Amino acid sequence: MTHTNLTSRTTRRLGERRALRCVIAASLVAIMACSVSIGAARAAMPVIRDVQRKVVKIYGAGGLRQMEAYQSGILVSAEGHVVTALSYVLDTDDVAAVLDDGRKFSVEFVGSDPVLELAVLKLNLGDEQVSWFDLKEAAAAAPGEPVLAVSNLYGIAAGDEPASILQGVVTAIAPLEARRGAFQANYRGDVYVVDAHANNPGAAGGALVDWRGRLLGVLGKELKSRVTGAWLNYALPVETWAGSVEAIIAGRNATGSPGLALAPEEPLTLADLGVVLVPNLLARTPAYLDAVRPGSPAASAGLRPDDLIVFVAGEPTASCSEVIETLGRIDRRDELRMAVLREGELVDVVLAAEIDEEPAGPPSSAGEVDEPAADESDSTEPAAGESNREGA
Amino acid sequence: MRQPAAAQPLLTSPAVTSPGTECMASCLFIAVATLALGVDTALDVPADVLAAQDVRVAAMARATEATVAIFDAAGQGGGSGVLISPDGFALTNFHVVASGGPAMKCGLSDGVLYDAVLVGIDPVGDVALVQLLGRDDFPVAEIGDSDAVRVGQWVFAAGNPFLLADDFTPSVSYGMVSGVRRYQYPAGTLLEYTDCIQTDAAINPGNSGGPLFDADGRLIGINGRGSFEKRGRVNVGVGYAISINQALRFLGHLKSGRIVDHASLGATVSTEDDGVIVDDILESSDAFRRGLRYGDQVVQFAGRDITTANALQNVLGVFPPHWRVPMRFRRDGQTYDIVVRLESKHDPAELVGLVQREEVDPSRPPGEEPQPDAPGPDAPDPEGPQMPDLRKLLGKEPKLPAAIAERYVQRRGFANYWYNQQAQLRLWERWLEQMQDEGGDSLGYDWQIAGHVATGGEFRLTTGRQQSEIRLPQGVTGAVFRDDLSVQLSPPGSGGLLLAIHLWQRMMDEGLRTFGEVVYLGRLPYGLEGRPADCLSCLYGGVEMRLFYDEQTGALAALETYPSDDVDPCELIFSDYREAGGRILPYHWVVRFGDGEFATLEIDAYKIASPAAASGRDRE
Repeated sequence: MTHTNLTSRTTRRLGERRALRCVIAASLVAIMACSVSIGAARAAMPVIRDVQRKVVKIYGAGGLRQMEAYQSGILVSAEGHVVTALSYVLDTDDVAAVLDDGRKFSVEFVGSDPVLELAVLKLNLGDEQVSWFDLKEAAAAAPGEPVLAVSNLYGIAAGDEPASILQGVVTAIAPLEARRGAFQANYRGDVYVVDAHANNPGAAGGALVDWRGRLLGVLGKELKSRVTGAWLNYALPVETWAGSVEAIIAGRNATGSPGLALAPEEPLTLADLGVVLVPNLLARTPAYLDAVRPGSPAASAGLRPDDLIVFVAGEPTASCSEVIETLGRIDRRDELRMAVLREGELVDVVLAAEIDEEPAGPPSSAGEVDEPAADESDSTEPAAGESNREGA
Repeated sequence: MRQPAAAQPLLTSPAVTSPGTECMASCLFIAVATLALGVDTALDVPADVLAAQDVRVAAMARATEATVAIFDAAGQGGGSGVLISPDGFALTNFHVVASGGPAMKCGLSDGVLYDAVLVGIDPVGDVALVQLLGRDDFPVAEIGDSDAVRVGQWVFAAGNPFLLADDFTPSVSYGMVSGVRRYQYPAGTLLEYTDCIQTDAAINPGNSGGPLFDADGRLIGINGRGSFEKRGRVNVGVGYAISINQALRFLGHLKSGRIVDHASLGATVSTEDDGVIVDDILESSDAFRRGLRYGDQVVQFAGRDITTANALQNVLGVFPPHWRVPMRFRRDGQTYDIVVRLESKHDPAELVGLVQREEVDPSRPPGEEPQPDAPGPDAPDPEGPQMPDLRKLLGKEPKLPAAIAERYVQRRGFANYWYNQQAQLRLWERWLEQMQDEGGDSLGYDWQIAGHVATGGEFRLTTGRQQSEIRLPQGVTGAVFRDDLSVQLSPPGSGGLLLAIHLWQRMMDEGLRTFGEVVYLGRLPYGLEGRPADCLSCLYGGVEMRLFYDEQTGALAALETYPSDDVDPCELIFSDYREAGGRILPYHWVVRFGDGEFATLEIDAYKIASPAAASGRDRE
């Protein structure tokens, strides 16, 4: 069900409308915005302070060269739910969040949306109270509207220091066409493009707000334009992710939902499908296909290398581990529905999980094998072999 | 003067979206074109918006007059600065002047290039003071209060980014205060930015040392560095300015021509679950003598709540050494308030060594230092082949312009000793004038002073060249001034009152020249109120004496004697100056030692037996 929701939402492609309409109007508003007087800035100070209370500093994995071990997050519930970027920073059990007043909380990973590359965390608040953005009161901005980007960019704020504020205007609402290194960004929908240097290291997960302190969007990860190579400054509008986040919080999308908890008699493996995932180095390595064995069920279903597995049997899968785990709960004799993200589009596939007849394994009539031990060797060894070949 | 080699990349720096780049450009073009045509007619902009714009334009026009474009003597690099007094004193960054020698050229928005000389440097705080020469009516910046700066406030930076301005007209960039009381790590122990202002007004290479103004054009900071990392050395919305309050607190020190150090508490702290806890403390530190101990929880420092170890480091960094700062700590549920005399962060020789290294190879603060003094992308690659340092090869300084040469004296430990000499001379001459000492009779050492103690009872003080004696309600004590003076600390509990009086008499009798090294330290707080005053330091017989001069009258406001580095001084605070023995002398003395007051002495009469006229002009 959630699967369908997400698909339709994404395929609706908010970006169908051309981004840069109302050019004149935009520039007009921009001129007015630039002239926001000193008085207006003073009036904004309580608003800024209020927003800073709702933006958290997140510390986790990283720390290597150009991989900062910190990012930002937005509090979206009284229970301490935080929306942030889905990134390597969360690839540790030791994620902590620090509020503007220095209060530090351990963090639970609630769920994630692999298309939007957003994660939902929950602070272990205990009896503590926090300020938060009510997503129902979020706003939308038009090009030319003055905005504030609030984040812990560069990790400047430490301890009880509040997040940094950058100001600018929404310069455009346009589809995100971006890359990170050689990879395409997953999300291709509309984003707010801003003229503030909003998306510096550590800013991902921060808030874009209007001058009344209303949440407009969440600052995305560091990305470069696919066309110009310039660093992008953008935020994902609340309307694009509120539904998904609410679903995750409600538990509908939560990973490891109880519905599939029973272990099947003959669990499905990657090798059964004929796919090899990218090396699973991190706790949350995205589930990209590294290779597809020719003639395999995966190949027949049209899967290709570089596809990102985002749903397995209706379950969102944010990582290689989650794909393997979810497959493990599916009987190999069942038909398998998956969704992959390919060049920004969700593609649904149906795989008939037959045992491949070509390579090493003993010839078998699908689903009729009665020796589990033999099955196991069949399923693991070709996979390992595949993997080694790919690596060589 | 220089080709704006870096102008091209700057044009491409604002990040815009991919599909919209051209549209955006045209959008901006239309906006700009509309502005050029006159917004009032074309767009019907509300009057108050236009009025706000006029205010801003006027503030910028005023503020940029005081903004300085600095070029080193060799024309190799430069930065920015800001004038703070009509006689040409201007603040800039240490890293702008670090390798340029004592002479430089400074351009103002009037298009004139002035000679300027290095005055003093603060390598830890990355501040330097220079003096522009040739006028006594330089335009100056109006000073703001950086402690009142708030996040969200509009600000603008002025300066010479990329050394663009051929006619020295500063570039202005507008933005917002993104954060206050920020901390940016040092390179080693130098270039530490504490309690600084973070702004998204564009701070680019060449802006270094230039002013950050509030929206009304008041000076609130000195722009010095930014966060850059992987995005190249152009602004990405994160610049840092040293607070003007910090810079001005060091101003007196900088005017001393010294290489100025920053302060250390003499204790280290760590953030624990139950607060900020002292985890190490030097037993020789003033903090220890005031009662701070291992395991104590630091609650407040300089009036600021301390919630993390970083916060303490952040507040500590804005003070010069010897500054006295109130501090509150907690032990066993009880709260203690003390006033701590801060010590130096570095040993003087160590600091000189670090600065000399900077002169040859300016450091790059961790990861993200802009090196904003370098002339942009055409600067030599720091990792690549380096131009040989000509000054090093020649083994001597190049010849200085005459105007500079007469204001520059080289001396170890000083950026420019000439300014220290001048300060010493100025204080001494004002003091003589105030004393009404016109080269007449010496006051000598043979004095008899009678008076009463504020807490009750009488006192009588008899002084001589070899020994002195004081009779107080609690008894009689004496001191002998031969050999090692540092052990003559009577009366007990005073920290050496008789010695302090002896050194005072010696200073009056023989002048400062008989003391060992005399140094003008700058402006330091003295006494209980901690009012800053000009301070001279001198050594005699192993004892350091610090003399504080009243700004208004030039009188000696206080003196402190330090028998050694690790003990409290005897503090003698003078007031109620009146005529005595043909001179003007203080009739109210407060004697302080350690945590408290030793005595307040009200003088009834000075009886001074001048050596020239033995029974001279006594006065009852």
